[in-house]
Amino acid sequence: MRVEMFTFLLTAAICLAGSAGVVLLRNPVHNALSLVATLFGVAVLFIQQGAYFLAAIQVIVYAGAIVILFLFVIMLLGVDRAEGFDRDPILGQRPAAIAVAVAILGLSLTALLSVGSRVTGQASTLAAIDGSEPNINALAKVLFTDYVFAFEITSVLLTVAVVGAVVLSRKAGPAIDLGEFPEGTTADLLEARHAAKTQRHEAEGDDSQGDDLEGDDPDDGDAEDETTQEALR
Amino acid sequence: MLALNETWYLVLAAMIFTIGSLGLLTRKNPLVMFMCVELMLNAVNLTFVTFSKALDDIAGQAIVFFVMVVAAAEVVVGLGIIVAIMRRRQSANADDVSLMRG
Repeated sequence: MRVEMFTFLLTAAICLAGSAGVVLLRNPVHNALSLVATLFGVAVLFIQQGAYFLAAIQVIVYAGAIVILFLFVIMLLGVDRAEGFDRDPILGQRPAAIAVAVAILGLSLTALLSVGSRVTGQASTLAAIDGSEPNINALAKVLFTDYVFAFEITSVLLTVAVVGAVVLSRKAGPAIDLGEFPEGTTADLLEARHAAKTQRHEAEGDDSQGDDLEGDDPDDGDAEDETTQEALR
Repeated sequence: MLALNETWYLVLAAMIFTIGSLGLLTRKNPLVMFMCVELMLNAVNLTFVTFSKALDDIAGQAIVFFVMVVAAAEVVVGLGIIVAIMRRRQSANADDVSLMRG
């Protein structure tokens, strides 16, 4: 019990310090790294409560993917300069925000601490956590039986998100000219192109064979590259 | 020594949620506002897992799984929107995009 309490207090301190860092630090990169601290703390608390699978997902998906995505965007856009706290465009926005936050905290703490230490509600009868069964098995069982429709809809959601991200981030270019693509497979096309190039080189007696591989690409809708380069500029 | 029970976890989650909402209301950089939303989602996830253990019900953890999926999708689309906006204008300020036109 003593070890659990010590772990909890240490992790809670890390979580609170990390979330305070997200709000208070001025450099977005520091904000993202503070967020990682909080996410790891929450993962430790998940482990402490027996949610092992969720702890792993928390570290892999949140700290490994989402925060890295944040860092990519921060560095791609070059917004990693400090943000000034001085300007307040809406009059009294900050005092109002603090008042709202104090209200939220006060209400939830009152609700939590007034009832003592017992959790109301009924214990589960359908999906009880069985100590003999591993956490991931129990979670998979409930995910693929009771929540299978939600699980399937999740895949639709992710597809929509991917399509949305591609649509949002691509620059509107000219439509693809179908006449640009001759008949035959790509391998045939590349082979013909390569044969033509070597023929030309032999005719010219050119000795610079090194740039055969990447030169002479037709500019057919390479929007991703262009936008990346523009953003980097 | 005080015993470690669910109330500790719930109070911690309430604190993280409050800090996240405070940051969402005060910060102006849209990226940092997104991070504060992630903080709030994590606080709610912690609450779900705590009640899942207290009520001995694995369904709470299933809900956390779905929340994580939605958070990932939300971040992808949101960051796409932010990149699209910032390519057009060079300011990292949410107040400058209050007009609904480019």
